[in-house]
Amino acid sequence: MAEMVFQRTKGLQDRPFHYCPGCTHGIIHRLVAEALVELDVLDKAIGVAPVGCSVFAYDYFNCDMQEAAHGRAPAVATGIKRVHPDKVVFSYQGDGDLASIGTAEIVHAAMRGEKITTIFVNNAIYGMTGGQMAPTTLVGQKATTSPFGRDKDHAGSPIRISEMLATLDGPAYIERVTVTTPAHVRKAKRAIKKAFQTQIEGKGFTMVEVLSTCPTNWGLTPVEALRWLEENMIPYYPLGVYKAPEEVK
Amino acid sequence: MAKVRGKVTFKEHLCKGCELCTTVCPVDIVKMAKDRINTKGYHPATVDEMEKCIACGNCATICPDTVIQVERLRDND
Repeated sequence: MAEMVFQRTKGLQDRPFHYCPGCTHGIIHRLVAEALVELDVLDKAIGVAPVGCSVFAYDYFNCDMQEAAHGRAPAVATGIKRVHPDKVVFSYQGDGDLASIGTAEIVHAAMRGEKITTIFVNNAIYGMTGGQMAPTTLVGQKATTSPFGRDKDHAGSPIRISEMLATLDGPAYIERVTVTTPAHVRKAKRAIKKAFQTQIEGKGFTMVEVLSTCPTNWGLTPVEALRWLEENMIPYYPLGVYKAPEEVK
Repeated sequence: MAKVRGKVTFKEHLCKGCELCTTVCPVDIVKMAKDRINTKGYHPATVDEMEKCIACGNCATICPDTVIQVERLRDND
């Protein structure tokens, strides 16, 4: 008898991802789905999809999904969770969605301590619209709207969402992870599971920020993109736990 | 102690040729099949020397498109 080490999770529908080759959205989708299955909450999970590359997330997760207007996923998730407090509600958002047009929604959902989980995929660029500068784009990083690199005097320094939200009392758990190596992928999954567990325990708002790549718009191969992330993004966006459930009173 | 052996299967039609799996294999057996292309038009990832596989699951863990399935074989298989 052979023992199965790894197979596609039942938390995902049997449908190929539309993402570009090497896009880490596929890994993060899988981790969220695996976490829901392993916590045995897939049948009571409700996800909220964003606008951006992951706009079709509702086609991939094998649970109930709702599409939200651009940036408003935390507000929609708030409504769903308050009507269905026994459900496990999550929003899945990119940095263009969460850190730009949806900043007000995420800050206030976190401030209110809404018992939802946000998966925040930060790849430092607008992917779907073709590689424009995002609030998370690094200083000096080239994008179609910053062809000479982001200018700090003109566009400011990138926003660190996890650190910012961790200053609030509402969040129960905030961690920043990445998916550049198998070890980091496994760590990211533990963080996502912990976030859902913390939500189920009713402790407050939970968010996992996942540093991600955009090989297409960064103009790198998928393998180069992972190395670029490690060398450039991790120094500016340090990995780690920014708010732990143990600290919540 | 018996040596751990593994078996990896690739759903080649899902592979987008990103090559991430080839960078994480500890025994360096995951390669791109340069002699063929799949229906998407990419050279799919594959393993030729399956007897070297140790069933660590690294390739499947990093694969963004869940192309890879990994099994651990026992000695009597």
